[in-house]
Amino acid sequence: MYFSQAIPLVAYIDESCLYLKEGKCDICRGVCQTGAIDFKQTTQKEEVNVGAIILASGIEPFDPSVKDEYGYGTLQNVVTSMDYERLLSSTGPYGGEVLRASDKRHPKKIAWIQCVGSRRVTEGENSYCSGVCCTYTQKQVILTKEHDSDAQCTIFHNDIRSYGKDFERFFQRAEQLPGVEFIRSYVSIVGENPENKNVIVRYATNDDGVKEEAFDMVILSVGLNPPTDHAALAKTFGIDLNSHGFNQTDHENPMKTNRPGIFVSGAFQGPTDIPESVFTASAASAQCGALLDYRRGKLARERTYPPERDVSTEEAKIGVFVCHCGANISSVVNVPSTVDYAMTLPNVVYAQEQLFSCATNSAKEITDLAEEKGLNRVVIAACSPRTLEPLFRDTLREAGLNQYYLDMANIREHCSWVHAKQKEEATKKAQDIVRMSVARASRLEPLQEFDLPVNKATLVVGGGIAGMTCALSIASQGHEVHLIEKKKALGGMARRIHTTIEGMDVQAYLDDLIRAVYHNPLIHVSHEATITRVSGYLGNFMTTVETEGRVKAIKHGASVLAIGADVYQPTEYLYGENDKVFTHLELGELIAQKEERVMAAESLVMIQCVGCRNEDRNYCSRVCCSHAVKNALKLKVINPEMDIYILFRDMRTYGLREDYYRDASDKGVRFIRYEPDDKPLVEAAQEGGKEIVRVTIADPILGQRLELDADILSLAAAVIPSASTREVAGLFKVTLSPDDFFKEAHVKLKPVEFATDGVFLCGTAHYPKHIQETINQAYGAAGRVMALLSKDTVVASGSVAEVRAYDCVTCGACITACTYDAIEFVDTPKGRKAWVNPILCKGDGVCTTKCPTDAIVLKHFTNAALCSQIDAAVTGQEILRQIDAVTEDR
Amino acid sequence: MCSGRVDLEFILRAFFNGQDGVFIGGCRLDECNYITHGNYDAWANVYLCKKIMGHIGINPERLRIEFMSGADGNLLADSTDDFTTQVKSLGPLGEGEGIDVNTVRFKLEAAMKLVPYLRLVERERLRVPEKSKKAYTEFFESSQVDRLFNEIFTEKLAISQIMLLLKKKPLSTIDISERLGLNPSDVSKHMNSSSRHGLVRYDTTSNCYALA
Repeated sequence: MYFSQAIPLVAYIDESCLYLKEGKCDICRGVCQTGAIDFKQTTQKEEVNVGAIILASGIEPFDPSVKDEYGYGTLQNVVTSMDYERLLSSTGPYGGEVLRASDKRHPKKIAWIQCVGSRRVTEGENSYCSGVCCTYTQKQVILTKEHDSDAQCTIFHNDIRSYGKDFERFFQRAEQLPGVEFIRSYVSIVGENPENKNVIVRYATNDDGVKEEAFDMVILSVGLNPPTDHAALAKTFGIDLNSHGFNQTDHENPMKTNRPGIFVSGAFQGPTDIPESVFTASAASAQCGALLDYRRGKLARERTYPPERDVSTEEAKIGVFVCHCGANISSVVNVPSTVDYAMTLPNVVYAQEQLFSCATNSAKEITDLAEEKGLNRVVIAACSPRTLEPLFRDTLREAGLNQYYLDMANIREHCSWVHAKQKEEATKKAQDIVRMSVARASRLEPLQEFDLPVNKATLVVGGGIAGMTCALSIASQGHEVHLIEKKKALGGMARRIHTTIEGMDVQAYLDDLIRAVYHNPLIHVSHEATITRVSGYLGNFMTTVETEGRVKAIKHGASVLAIGADVYQPTEYLYGENDKVFTHLELGELIAQKEERVMAAESLVMIQCVGCRNEDRNYCSRVCCSHAVKNALKLKVINPEMDIYILFRDMRTYGLREDYYRDASDKGVRFIRYEPDDKPLVEAAQEGGKEIVRVTIADPILGQRLELDADILSLAAAVIPSASTREVAGLFKVTLSPDDFFKEAHVKLKPVEFATDGVFLCGTAHYPKHIQETINQAYGAAGRVMALLSKDTVVASGSVAEVRAYDCVTCGACITACTYDAIEFVDTPKGRKAWVNPILCKGDGVCTTKCPTDAIVLKHFTNAALCSQIDAAVTGQEILRQIDAVTEDR
Repeated sequence: MCSGRVDLEFILRAFFNGQDGVFIGGCRLDECNYITHGNYDAWANVYLCKKIMGHIGINPERLRIEFMSGADGNLLADSTDDFTTQVKSLGPLGEGEGIDVNTVRFKLEAAMKLVPYLRLVERERLRVPEKSKKAYTEFFESSQVDRLFNEIFTEKLAISQIMLLLKKKPLSTIDISERLGLNPSDVSKHMNSSSRHGLVRYDTTSNCYALA
């Protein structure tokens, strides 16, 4: 078994088997009690006819043993970040303990070396930036400090590339931990101390010059290589690769290969992180959908569940399953003792532990045991119900139980993750949570869900690249799209961008896109449009739009918010006061217009990080470094003699864009680093009878102040959330991240969905991103929309409010409390009574707290269930003590 | 389920069970996960409950509501830590206030019986017309509302306690006033109105009131 969460989680035999090679050993067959091992199996060839192919072949970690200088494989205490990931893992070689290979002791002083195999033009290494190593190293540092708070962590790095959403904050979190030091320096591994096998590292700092230091362990932050067999893969599928071995990107559609019908997703596009991989996967599925729409659903089979067992007359028989979650829970909470404890609780007839309750085999185990032990309620003590409740509900259905007989006790987010250092108390708390959950479970009732029809139209808000791409993809799969644009013309921010760093002609692309949108009979564009009201729910929205003097009421099943972002208007560096100061976006436009002053400039200075990576906006705008390099390269082509200076904090030309950074450097563009507490000073000045802008900056390498006289000053103005973000968020009931960009349902796993069902997002409204990334995400959102629209019905929750007519006094308190207009008076044989329309009810339960006679009940969250949970918050002994106290005569 | 589902009864019940503090987490104000903005309803309930706690003699600081989004993990951790420290410093329920815990429980039980009545009163007289932070703080922190609440609640709490006492055995006006620490004339006033409503009856032989 290579992975503890492999699907299916079963053992298999690979080529290293001694029996297969030499006919020896055969021990496994003896110990396997189920007789599952069959040495006679051979490779079989299968032919499958398909209409499209997705290559999601991922990456290969860089192998540092190709370079002797890293000492990997020769020095025992030099490991790769991938090895270290295993050391940190509960299923790793030492069961989650970080130990040195040489003496099995805990390393106290650990160094990470960044950019191993990346950003290097030496033979055998990659010139590009792998894009993920800065942040995964920070994660490893944080985990290391959680494992051992005394550990000294040193990170030798080049630039810190925290360009992803919330990564800047993540970096600050790692950096601010005690005993963690980030040192910007080239390093070399000198060797090891033969006695204690400590690794000696040589590095240089501005203050101390060159020095050598010994570390208990050195971790090589290895980069991402294309799949090992990429050449063979390309040959088999007949696709072109770029010089690095990744798919040759079509910048207008990064999922495409040069061969129609074959698509790529994930890191085969080039180095990418998890969210990008997830949405390119969904994007590739959207492309296949467009190609194969006419065959949609032809191979689908309906899932059948065993008939539901009626247990309403039975006493509650609860089964409790306590999950280790690898070591996420069990490294803190004592799982076996929690299982023992659960067995002592009322109505619990069975309890056991599971390594991963969410694994397929565990679900099977729950189903089997439910039958064997006659369970009629199940408590899963594991993680938050947010992610996995649907999975476990499904497990109950498989067991022939009503899915609402499930309760999840969250002993991970609410317990082990927050009490890592208080193991005993955490175990007690886990038991408290389980006890409360069991109390609630015994009060649960079976509920029925019902199907709602799905309106097959989509509303896309925002007519920029993201919105148009998404709209076209959905329309190409046969569904109507209403595209809402607030301005007179489509195009959005891309109207102001002329080329990408890779050389794509953005305006030509945009023209094609706009034409395609207008030509598509399924896409209806509303210009100068404002949304005034959004009502309805997943599958059945109704949006009111005011457009060009008319009011439209649009019915749609899904909504995509692609409202883009704005550019920060700098208040610093003389912007708006001096006519030689521009933003990068303006400079790009001036270059495209061949503006005289820019063409004739002798000296041009760019300042990076203007308006972000500061207290007001604690994030990186992601695109500006590449933007600066792009403009610099263009100018160097126009006028190779122009002096160009880029004043930066960290150059974040991540991924394959690193090559352009190197190119700019080779062409004589000067890159000067500045520190946030010593920003460049800008003043207007006269020099040799010419008006210039004088930029003064400390040069860390020369250790003196530099004066740069610039004819043009260009500022990397931050990308900021669109002014209408808050308003749109309010209309569609979606939430915002701390920096006021849209907040996705899950940063990694649901990067194009909102937590609000039926609402999706893409483009820079999510976070600043490059055009290519926007296209990826727009297709990704289309893929998720299609997953919804390809169904004829969606299932509505059974957890809705219900009126017990007998108790209703027709006061109307519930009706005034309901904002969904889900409750009304109806005539019944017993007179007028309140009635809840279960389709409109969202199950918030506010009505139940207003009813003076408790006549309205929120199913699944009934007073009985919640009160028993509240009562169980105190332990049995405590209850006994209290009963004694009450029975005393007053 | 919305934070607005957190019923007055749930909070009182938790204290009745002997919890030393109750913490409620809701969405950020004006960023409702639903469209109900039920977090304002939860907030109103917290304000009411704090007033009830004041009447009973429980420190209202034992109840806290915080508004946060799914992105505010740090805020949750910090406010939980802060609240825990605060509740610890207040000491166990009753003991920290210098009141016998059984008295506290008795009064809480009486208050719980009033929840249906309080729901009506909330709707009729204590509902803030506008859901905004400013409107809520101004309304619930005004002395007028305090006065209004006292008027509504004091008498009802007294009667509710009397009913609880009478449930066990018939008692005379003097017994009741001693046990509840109430003015005997107030007690007879309550008893008169309660017998008019047919809730209690007066037994002339024992000179005691009993439940009707």
